[in-house]
Formats: sequence, structure tokens, C-alpha cells
Amino acid sequence: MTTTTLAMRDVWAETLIELGSVNPDLLVLDGDLGTSTRADRFAAAHPNQFLQMGIAEQNMIGVAAGLSTLGYVPWLSSFTVFFTHRSIDQIRVVVAQPHANVKIGAAYSGLLTGKTGKTHQDVEDLAIMRAMPGMTVLAPGDASECAAMVRWATDTPGPVYLRLARDAGPDLFDGGYRFEPSRVIPLRDGSDVLIVSTGVQSARCVEAAVLLEARGISAAVLHVPSVKPVDEEAIATAARGVPLVVSVEEHTILGGLGGLVAEILGERAPRRLVRIGIRDAWGESASNAFLLDRHGLSAERVAERVADGLARVPSST
Amino acid sequence: MALAPPDGSQPAVDLAGIARRGRLLVLESVAHSGAGHIGGPLSAMDLLVALYFSVLRIRPDQPDWPDRDRFILSKGHSAIGLYVVMALRGYLPIEDLETFDSGDSRLQGHPDMTRLPGLEASTGSLGQGLAVGVGIALGLRMRERPAHTFVMLGDGETQEGMVWESLAIAARYRLGNLTAIVDRNGLQQYGWPLSPDGLDRGDRRDPLAEIDLRAALEAFGWRVIEIDGHDFGAIVAACTDARDAAGPGPTAILARTVKGRGVSFMEGRTEWHARVPTAVELEAARAELSSSGDEAHGEAAPAESAP
Repeated sequence: MTTTTLAMRDVWAETLIELGSVNPDLLVLDGDLGTSTRADRFAAAHPNQFLQMGIAEQNMIGVAAGLSTLGYVPWLSSFTVFFTHRSIDQIRVVVAQPHANVKIGAAYSGLLTGKTGKTHQDVEDLAIMRAMPGMTVLAPGDASECAAMVRWATDTPGPVYLRLARDAGPDLFDGGYRFEPSRVIPLRDGSDVLIVSTGVQSARCVEAAVLLEARGISAAVLHVPSVKPVDEEAIATAARGVPLVVSVEEHTILGGLGGLVAEILGERAPRRLVRIGIRDAWGESASNAFLLDRHGLSAERVAERVADGLARVPSST
Repeated sequence: MALAPPDGSQPAVDLAGIARRGRLLVLESVAHSGAGHIGGPLSAMDLLVALYFSVLRIRPDQPDWPDRDRFILSKGHSAIGLYVVMALRGYLPIEDLETFDSGDSRLQGHPDMTRLPGLEASTGSLGQGLAVGVGIALGLRMRERPAHTFVMLGDGETQEGMVWESLAIAARYRLGNLTAIVDRNGLQQYGWPLSPDGLDRGDRRDPLAEIDLRAALEAFGWRVIEIDGHDFGAIVAACTDARDAAGPGPTAILARTVKGRGVSFMEGRTEWHARVPTAVELEAARAELSSSGDEAHGEAAPAESAP
């Protein structure tokens, strides 16, 4: 894997600039975080398609819903936490319930938010958004996937929640990647254990699988970019081939990807499950390396937990 | 039901008579359903009738007409009042009002735009309708469409902080094609029983209801018109002025109203916020509302009667 030169927020903005050139109905509304989310670049490229909504996220959601009734495709720019916590009733009532064509660009998701600390680290967003009827919930694993999702979401009617990472990460896919809703993507084959992950955590899981291979453990990695809708049977099928499934997410283990995997295993393919993620705790200001280690999300820590989990699987299974 | 003129202009009609019939239909629908709000729909009825029969440029037989004026009922709990007026105006059969609040009905307890054509927004969680109206007004201007957007809020609803976000942004974008109408009946579900000192006020009416909302809105950059919300001439004049003589910014119409207006034993009484009338009460209300001419009303915005 190579490290991309484009952070996810950069590719989000660059893709919207490109789409905005051919689609005058594409708008970007910003909650005064455009210099962080990179919406400022869109504003510079398409000033007539940019609307500054100020530090007032709840109103921004309603304005977007109103604009969508006139055929506009509003993309929203703010931090994840100001969507899924401050404005959740607005998203629920005027976006999700009427199935408004509003696209939520949730920047600065998860723990790695530039040392902002617990107020800004949203590690509950997948659980919240996944529970919302009619909402499409996407978590891109790299820049190419992010760009493809932005294109797909812009062209597809209905509300979309796009979970964006702040920083650059390893590339998983090339520029030819095409997004399909529901699809889960095997990143690596393996026969001893199945690691299921989402978002930028998937790249760290691939690194963990390489570390495990050196220990003689064959770990498959399954990437879930479309948290909702999701191909449940594909996850169940992958789980049936191994004695242990490990879910890994830069998110609380309650109700997000770990919850999703637990539901699928419980109903379709009973297997032992280890959930790696934030264990019912708040974040804190710290370096990325510190936070990944603290919450067991670095490649090394994931590998340790997977090996430990395998050691606990009864040999008869 | 006569078809609307093709330009969406309004036929000359007996607004007071329609409003009396509308109030009775509200009571009958709530009684039939066994649930629903009364006080708010009755305070807003004259405003709704004036809008739908004398102000809005609409085509009830073509609810998606692109140049229609938009109306959003941000105080969504008054849904039955809006449904009644839309039915009287020809958006839906009067008989459909019997389905209010029932399973599979287009007439949900709070307005659901996915079910009933003609609703411009789904509302019910207070404070949100004005933001949607801002988006529509902004979009109409960007589309260069001449339509105007009206949003009705309750005065209690202005306690929601989000309303002030929307008021601020509407003025920043100088939305001359947006009008907020505040149904200012001074009451809300429970209200304000205690003074700041914790003493029983003997009244649940908002003690700040007469404080200068006008000054606050003007400070936010809105043009403000204050009217009696039960005076049809004043309502039509204010709404028409807000739309047709629009200045460079949005207009707010502060409409002083009486909660429960039109039925003597409901006027100004908080217990009729969301009570279902008994058969006896319904008959008494019907007798009052069926009498022609000017029935006796309390003065606008009286002190609340003790329960």
C-alpha cells in the first residue's frame, strides 16, 4: 500500500468541484468550517453554488431540505458531531422522514480529528445514523472510494450520510474504483479468522493481517464501505468459513459496525465475535498514534487482539 | 368546488363563513379521531382561511405548480386546521377529514409531505419550519421564480433556539420573498404557572407575550407588521403587502390571536390545547359556530380564564 497525497477531505472537495462544473444544481452549504472541511475550495471554484450558513447547523439542515424541494442537490459541510448530535432531530424530521435529497458530508469523523478532544470526536455516529430509516450510511476506506461515493451520492436521489476522515491514509483502491451500495469488499483472503472493518480503519486491518501472517495466522479482511444498506448475506457467508470473526471500527463497539456484525452473526451464522473499537468511553486530545494505541486500533494492537481471540477459541470449534 | 383561476389568483369568497365552517370541521375531526389539537388550529383558522382563500397564488388541482406560493405550517401540531382549510379549498375531499390521525391516512397527526400533496414540508418538531422556508425562498430566488414563501409559527415556538438561527440567516440573505406569520395567542401546552420568584401567578399565559417581539425581529433585520389575527381585512392586507411590496428583506407578521377562538368556552383556556370535546361540548360548539353573522367574541388576546 502507498500513502495517497490526497486526504479524504481534499478529495471530497475536489470531486464536488468537478461535479459542480457540470451540474449547476449541486450546492455546498457550510456551517463555517469550510477551511477545515475544504468546502472553501468549492466556494472559490463555484461561488454561485456555495452558501455560507454560519455557525448554525440546525438551520443549515432545514435550509438544505427546502432547497432540495426545488431540485437542488445540497451537500453539507460541517464536523460529524454537529450533524449526528447537535442536529439529529433536524436530520430526522426534515431530511430522513421526507427522504429529502440532501447529502451530509460528515468531516472529522471518529477519533482522529486533529487533537480536538472529546467534544469533537464523534464515535457514535454510525450507531445513530444506521438506526435512521431511509438513510444511506457510507464510510469510505480511502480517497478513491470517497470520490466514487461522492459521485454516486450526487447522482442518487435520497439522503446520504458520508463519514469522512480528516487525514490522508493508505490507498486501498485505484482510480477505477466504482461504488455499489450494499457491496462488501474482500481486501485479503484468509482461513483462520475474518476481520470485518469499515472506513479508514480497514487499511489498518490489512496491515494487521500482514503482521498476523508473520505469526502464522491467516486473516481475511472484509471491508464494509456501505454500512447501510449492506449485503448481510455476504458477511454471513464469509463468517461461515472461519471459527472467529473480529469487528474493528474507529467508533464505539455499541451499535455501529460491531453491532451490525453481531446482528448478522446472531441471526444467520452464529460464530464467536470479538468487537474492537471504543469501549463505551469518550475520546481525548492526543496524537493519532496515541489514540489508535489507546483504543486498540493500531495495526499492532489489532493483530494482538486477533491472535488473543484465536487462542481462546476452543479447538473443537 | 370551483376550479381555481389558472393564474392561481383567488376567487372572492365569504372568509368569515368559511372560517366558521372550518372551526366546526376541526372539532368534528378531532372528536371523530378521539385525538388531536383544538386551541392552536382555532387560533390559526382565520389566518389559514385568509391565506388559502384570499392570498396564496395556488392551484389546488395542481399542487406541484412550480410558481405556486408556498405555505409551511411550522407549528405542525395545528395540522388539522391546515387539513380542514386545504379540504375546503379543494386539495382533498371533505370526507377525508374523517381519516385524520388514523392508520394509512394522508392526514397524519403532524403534517407529512410524503403523504399529502400540497404540503411543502413535514413539520411537528417545533422550530424547524422556518429553516425549510428559508431554503425554499432561497431556492425560488436562485431559480428566478416569482413565488413567495409564507411560514406560520406559534409564539411559543419562538422559544426554540433554532428559530433564531433561521431568522438571522433569512435577513443575511435578504429574503424579500419570505414571510413569517406568528400566531401569537400567548398560550402554549403548559405555560408559565410560576413567577421568577417561584410564586403561583394564577395564570399560565406567557408573561413575555406582550414584550416587544417586534423590537427583537427588527433588530434581526426583519420588517414587522402587527395585526389582529382575526381581522380578515388586516390579514389579507398584511400578507399581500408582505408579498407584493416586499422590500430587500424578509417580513414578519405578528398576528394577535385568541387560542380556541370561535367557541366561547374554549377561548383563552389552556385545557383546550389538545382536548377531545365530548358529544355535549361538540353540540354546544356547533350551535355557536352555526349561528350566522358576528358571534360574540372576547377581545383579542384576553387574560386566560381560570380553569
